[in-house]
Amino acid sequence: MSPVSRGFIGRRRPTIDPSRLPPGQYVETGFPVLSAGPTPHTPLDQWSFRIDGAVDKSVSWTWEELLALPAETPTVDIHCVTKWSKFDTNWKGVSVDTLLKNVDTSVRWVTAFSDGGYTTNLGLDDVIGGKAWVAYEFDGQPLHPEHGGPARLLVPHLYFWKSAKWVRGLTLTPDDEPGFWENYGYNNHGDPWLEQRYQGD
Amino acid sequence: MAGAALPGGLEPSKWALANVVELQVETARVKDLVLDPQGWPGHRAGQHIDVRLTAEDGYVAERSYSIASAPEDEHLMLTVERLDDGEVSPYLVDVLQPGDELELRGPIGGYFIWEESLGGPLVLIGGGSGIVPLRAMLRHWATGTRTVPVHMLYSSRAWYEVIYRDELLGFARDHDRVEVEFALTREWPKDYTGHTGRIDRTLLERVAPAGERPLIYICGPNGFVETAANWLVELGHDPGRVRTERFGPTGT
Repeated sequence: MSPVSRGFIGRRRPTIDPSRLPPGQYVETGFPVLSAGPTPHTPLDQWSFRIDGAVDKSVSWTWEELLALPAETPTVDIHCVTKWSKFDTNWKGVSVDTLLKNVDTSVRWVTAFSDGGYTTNLGLDDVIGGKAWVAYEFDGQPLHPEHGGPARLLVPHLYFWKSAKWVRGLTLTPDDEPGFWENYGYNNHGDPWLEQRYQGD
Repeated sequence: MAGAALPGGLEPSKWALANVVELQVETARVKDLVLDPQGWPGHRAGQHIDVRLTAEDGYVAERSYSIASAPEDEHLMLTVERLDDGEVSPYLVDVLQPGDELELRGPIGGYFIWEESLGGPLVLIGGGSGIVPLRAMLRHWATGTRTVPVHMLYSSRAWYEVIYRDELLGFARDHDRVEVEFALTREWPKDYTGHTGRIDRTLLERVAPAGERPLIYICGPNGFVETAANWLVELGHDPGRVRTERFGPTGT
């Protein structure tokens, strides 16, 4: 139990369902932007999405090919490690299950890689079974570059740094290899309900 | 990977208490919180910290704040701007008193940091309270060999809202290798001779010549950071040498 902060009342929001808010988070109605460097702007005719690494055969899609795949429209709550959560966000994208459908692999780890050099590591089980998408629309509009457009990974059950912006592919790996923020002290798994923010949590 | 050396440095500590030593007024909306944390493991210039407040009924609110002090400073210092619709910052600025205790966790973040081994030339671009981690870097610079040139550009609404004003002017006066420039967007004194209005490409081109391949740190509201970073890339800077830290919501 934390010691009481003298004179702190706080601002409870009675309209918020506490069962939807992970520990240490607050509800944000805007959509904050966080990124470690400048926003990349890759032209769509040079864009592709690739699955490679420990797979029987690498596969890739052009932008048009990705858009031609069956799409889903998940409405999900998202949780950023910097403490904000945003409820009922509306996305359109391709399920990672769809992308992995014809990929044969025996490994259990994935590294998402992005324009600008960003990477993040995930367990394969965290991106299959209807839990992750490559999303290219937000609220019915093309995903804005500041928010990761043209396409970002969407893995809403983990802290949002796992939902790599400007994603260009997934590399399947035999070992769990820490990505960008995971190398800078952030948690390897990042489950907001277990408050796995930093290493050692 | 537990126990592996982190390129970012220190592993964040668990929650710990800090004694509030002193509060200093920077501007009408900004205060420095001078803290004495128990068991503080040290930090690197540019890192941030989590603060946790607990109400009597157990209600908890957590937020992150940049560390304003250099690792070499005697006390840990945060600089907090009161956001009128905020939950934690009004408490820290208006209610907290010397002698109170504050729960902290940190330091956090290993990318938006500067230390001498990273070299330079160093360009520090801050918007509003985004100056806080850049101030830590400048203070850290001053404790070292002071060989790397530093050019700071600080955008603020008005002269009276410039945080650390005398200190920054003092750095520029006392060190040949430090230049500090301001951009004031709304109000400026009659005798002010610096840039007025928002930052623009011409100003950035002068502050950060691409031919010098500077290491650039930008911190501020997202719109400010996005604009500055995009221009710098267009001006020929390697995106890998432009590090950003952003705050504030967008696209409500």
